[in-house]
Amino acid sequence: MKRNRNKVFRPTAFSFPYLAVTLVFVIAPLVLVLVYAFRGQDGGFTFANFREVFTEKQNVMQLLQTVGIAALSTGICLLLAYPVAYVLASKPFNKWAILSLLFIIPMWINFVLRVFALKSLLEMMGIGKGYFAAVVGIVYDFFPYMLLPIYTVLSNLDKSYVEASADLGAGPVRTFFRVTLPLSVPGVVSGISMVFMPVFSSYAITKTMGDADTTVIGAKIASLFHQRSYGVGSALSFVLLVLVLIVMVVTNLLSRRTAKAPKGGKVA
Amino acid sequence: MKKSTMWTIARWAILIVVLLAIYLPLILIMVYSFSGARSAGDTFGEFTFSQYANLFEDKKLLTATKNTIVVGVVSALIATLLGTTAAVGIHYMRRRWQTAVDTASQITVVNAEIVTAMGFFLLMLFLRDTVKLPVNFGLGWLIVAHTVITTPYVILTVSPRLKQLNPNLLEASMDLGAGAIRSLITVLLPQLAGAMVSGFALAFTLSLDDFVVTNINGTGVDTISTIVYDGLRNKLNPDIRALSTIIFVLVLGVLIVGNIIKNKRLQNEARKK
Amino acid sequence: MAANDKTNDFEKIIELKNVSKSFDGKAVVKDLSLSIRRGQFVTLLGPSGCGKTTLLRMIAGFETPTSGEIYIGGVPMSSIPPYKRPVNTVFQKYALFPHLNVFKNIAFGLKLKRIADPTKPAKERYVTKQTVVDGKVRRERVKVSVEATRKLTKSEIADKVNRALKLVGLEDYGHRDVNSLSGGQQQRVAIARALVCEPKVLLLDEPLGALDLKMRKEMQIELKKMHEELGITFIFVTHDQEEALTMSDVVVVMNDGIIQQVAQPKKIYDEPQNAFVADFIGESNILTGIMEKDYTIRFLGKTLACVDKGFEKNERVDVIIRPEDIGISAGPGQGHFDGEVLTVVFKGTYYEMEVKAGDYEFTVQNQVEFQKGAAVSLTIAPDSIHIMKKLITINKFVGYVYDEETICFAEGDWEIPAQGFEKGDEVVVQIPFNAVELTDDEEDGVIGARVAQSVYKGTYYQVQVITDTYEDFYVDTADEWDMDDRVGIKIDPAKVLVDAYVAPEETADEEK
Repeated sequence: MKRNRNKVFRPTAFSFPYLAVTLVFVIAPLVLVLVYAFRGQDGGFTFANFREVFTEKQNVMQLLQTVGIAALSTGICLLLAYPVAYVLASKPFNKWAILSLLFIIPMWINFVLRVFALKSLLEMMGIGKGYFAAVVGIVYDFFPYMLLPIYTVLSNLDKSYVEASADLGAGPVRTFFRVTLPLSVPGVVSGISMVFMPVFSSYAITKTMGDADTTVIGAKIASLFHQRSYGVGSALSFVLLVLVLIVMVVTNLLSRRTAKAPKGGKVA
Repeated sequence: MKKSTMWTIARWAILIVVLLAIYLPLILIMVYSFSGARSAGDTFGEFTFSQYANLFEDKKLLTATKNTIVVGVVSALIATLLGTTAAVGIHYMRRRWQTAVDTASQITVVNAEIVTAMGFFLLMLFLRDTVKLPVNFGLGWLIVAHTVITTPYVILTVSPRLKQLNPNLLEASMDLGAGAIRSLITVLLPQLAGAMVSGFALAFTLSLDDFVVTNINGTGVDTISTIVYDGLRNKLNPDIRALSTIIFVLVLGVLIVGNIIKNKRLQNEARKK
Repeated sequence: MAANDKTNDFEKIIELKNVSKSFDGKAVVKDLSLSIRRGQFVTLLGPSGCGKTTLLRMIAGFETPTSGEIYIGGVPMSSIPPYKRPVNTVFQKYALFPHLNVFKNIAFGLKLKRIADPTKPAKERYVTKQTVVDGKVRRERVKVSVEATRKLTKSEIADKVNRALKLVGLEDYGHRDVNSLSGGQQQRVAIARALVCEPKVLLLDEPLGALDLKMRKEMQIELKKMHEELGITFIFVTHDQEEALTMSDVVVVMNDGIIQQVAQPKKIYDEPQNAFVADFIGESNILTGIMEKDYTIRFLGKTLACVDKGFEKNERVDVIIRPEDIGISAGPGQGHFDGEVLTVVFKGTYYEMEVKAGDYEFTVQNQVEFQKGAAVSLTIAPDSIHIMKKLITINKFVGYVYDEETICFAEGDWEIPAQGFEKGDEVVVQIPFNAVELTDDEEDGVIGARVAQSVYKGTYYQVQVITDTYEDFYVDTADEWDMDDRVGIKIDPAKVLVDAYVAPEETADEEK
């Protein structure tokens, strides 16, 4: 009887190849990172790798610096992208689809090539390698990823909210801060999550545009693996993984809290 | 001046300044692709096509370009197939399973790229040295890795289309005597064709754009990303300006033409209704 | 007896034996058994979420029963996929293939079909045969001769499709794009597409739900005609009682995954088996009464004669009276209940009036109109009073979440964990009879109540208490409680079920 039941094909089974791929190529690698992170030279369980990660001053400094660079460039991205998104979503600019496309196009161009182009321009302007150049590079690179979600939310915003606010006597400034801005928070949160964490891995920018003192933690992990210290590298990767989780939980909470529609009516 | 006029000017100014900042570097490279100067920004010198000519003789660059395209096309094709079938399967799951699988598929999307890259690296070491499979880093492994990281995006593209479809299409087909796989091919895929093309395009561009995973898992295999990166750190080959220009123009052309076609179709549909 | 069973088996085209289905642990169909006779027009009727669509989907093969077995033509179906079952389905939203035209939609099933080919010799094939001998399963390879089969030819397919198109009245529509058809036409294509496969049973899942009223009436008549012409079994799912009553040979009324009544339409209407059926079919006045003795019922403070017997002495029962069975006359004192007309609505052939008599508002239908505010008197004949056992198996309340540990309902703040809900969410709280505890001192309970009834059930008492806001609690208890005593109510939170509340009109039929 049980054997027979398998004959009845469930459409769910179409996902099995993908599930197998996910298991082998997504879950298994994470398990390996975990295993390497907690395994010592002798093959036994150890915290030695983590001790090394956190006792070496350089590692901690680099981790903190990465958080700093990520926060700074995410902030600048937001400050630049929000006004642009707001203008693009407002009349009459929202009529021209091509205009918003122009801002997003760089997303489709290989990002190392864009780094190359920007670096050439900065050098022409006499700005050499350094912290400033690296931050400019990161902002230049991630700008469209901040712009797109904010623009999407703003352009899909129900115009009646704004009209209602104006109708109730609020001026444009008040309407913006009391209505538009709070309603666009989900886009902002999504934009932040699309910029902040990826900066950690963007050593292609810091290594080419930054000086020796400007670096992100991704570079450190890459070099650890190049030196075959898989244990410490994995431990550092694990720390990053935890960070990703924290950022995810925070952004989830933020967007859930703001996304909740105001409830009307009384409860029975 | 009226307040509203000033407001309009201010808004235009914001857009133009940012657009300039975005496109100035690209324009600089394009202009200097016709100059023999060592790096962009030097004295322009004579107008020349020599970089374009050199480009087609530069074996390293050509190989990298070929690798990029091969990895991009093959991985995007597999990702489209895998992602579409996955989306269909997930669509018919119960809510609880749906959430679980969706979460799993988001792992590579939200994870730090460097961690994903290291995971692939360790997996290859494990397969090669511990399991002793006859596999190694290289083009094939890059294709696998790119497939894995782009498939979730195909799922994200196809799923919304599935939700728009009549919920009983697959059942109707099976009810009329077609098996599951035949139903998928003759009934569902024709409906999903558009979304699959978008998914393929997205997977392809993501693959072209990838640097970190390629850099760490493509030992010995260069793509445009890695070769430009190496050039930027050591000595940059001026021919890259020509290659970049070709890519810029291609991307710009494809997107603008694609967008025009899309708008035309939307207008036509709107007229039909 | 045995011979009798055999003929019955042949007559039974579909048989469901103890079929249950749950989704994620939530039972949607509960231990349901039902036989459907060959050639009948059977309607599954019930409110949204009653399990009727799930039942149909299990017959079609889209869902597998969690337990139990479905037989079609005597063959167990659990291992047979939908594409091999002798049934075809007309879906609620038609599910026509958008990329195929009308002709190709209808031809879809025919192109896959194989028929016997007498021109070719039979093939021999080995199959594994299972036999059960002395409770042991024995498998053996058996040589069987299998008839040669072939696909239908192009002209055969065209023939059948055209005949099907004619049957549904769409002769010249073959080349049309299905997206260009009206709802009614799409509906016809869907029916043709299913019928052309010559199923033994046609399953229809609320097929008329999306049509406007006029189209609906037309399609009802046509479906009935098709059923008579084709002679195959139709199983029709609907939540529209009028549709069910006018079209079917047999109506199966369902609620909460359980069959409430299976009968011919007239019997369902005239003799509803319980308060649910009475309420769902047609309009009814449903009151609570006390069966004083056989043939005597007391409700709204009056004792009336009735035609029912066999209840416990003083058992609380449901009293059901159809609006058209209530006599109405002017002035007080003439009939059983005096009242006042609250509203009058003309319904085409009769007037529908709300009459307030005591605490109850009767719905009364009569050819004679009484003005709003008029003092009237209501008369109820003994055979118009239908008495039914109270149909309650669990205490059910709608309340809202106050905080993580507290749910409010029946004017009380109950300590029940509300994990997974947000503050203010509306919830349905189900409390088994044995989860309620009565306390002697009213102050010991969360809320106070009055004992209304205590029935000895052999090993325990089933006590009904009524709260100050007239909510009923049923309690299974080992102790006997005196009528009209004040008591407190407590609840064992571990046995309580809390679900999200879904307003009935918003419920999508059946969870997918």
